[in-house]
Amino acid sequence: MTTIRVQQHAFDPGAEINSFCARNPTSGGVATFIGQMRDFRGPTRAEGETVAAMTLEYYPGMAERQLDDLVKQARERWPLDDVLIVHRHGPLVPGDAIVLVAAATAHRSEAFAACEFLMDWLKTQAPFWKKEATSDGATWVEAQASDDARAAKWKK
Amino acid sequence: MTVLYFAWVKEKVGLSEETVSPPAEVSTISDLMDWLSSRSTRHAAAFSDRQLIKAAVDQTHMPHASTLDGAKEVAFFPPVTGG
Repeated sequence: MTTIRVQQHAFDPGAEINSFCARNPTSGGVATFIGQMRDFRGPTRAEGETVAAMTLEYYPGMAERQLDDLVKQARERWPLDDVLIVHRHGPLVPGDAIVLVAAATAHRSEAFAACEFLMDWLKTQAPFWKKEATSDGATWVEAQASDDARAAKWKK
Repeated sequence: MTVLYFAWVKEKVGLSEETVSPPAEVSTISDLMDWLSSRSTRHAAAFSDRQLIKAAVDQTHMPHASTLDGAKEVAFFPPVTGG
């Protein structure tokens, strides 16, 4: 099973994970990742600028297709019982969950690996763009070379 | 074909979407960026640094050198920053 949802409204990661575990009672391992909105921009909070809010733009249609394709690639690498991806778009405030990835497998190593693979590829392939609002106005977030490097390490 | 723009590419072009009929000699994504740039200064400004532009043809990421043959939907956007 695979569930992919791109939605504007907020979601409760705990409730999502509970229902994901409940529908996979025979999976030995469930790994999850939750990405939350930071309240600063830059390497650290001390050096960074305060970010009050964010808007996430996305490409409807392609985003869902791309996430579906990433899950297919993950399934070619690991025997996954179930995968869940939830990704927000629209206005966000610090602390909001932006993304949730959950992978259910027989054993933990595949669950950890699949979760990390999906996040690393999502960051560089899924068509979403963040615009951060600071005291200087709103600016588009620039892609990080470190994200490309993380995705590249999964290339066979 | 429908051309879509996202994030700052959309802001620079001033449009989120337009329907265009490029001439037959426009065969690649690069050609399409050249042709669109020739049509308005806003397009030219958006496409001025090609290294910053990513493209998708019919909702699949494609390199600039790839051909458009039969493309219905072409999208231009900056490198993605979701997650």
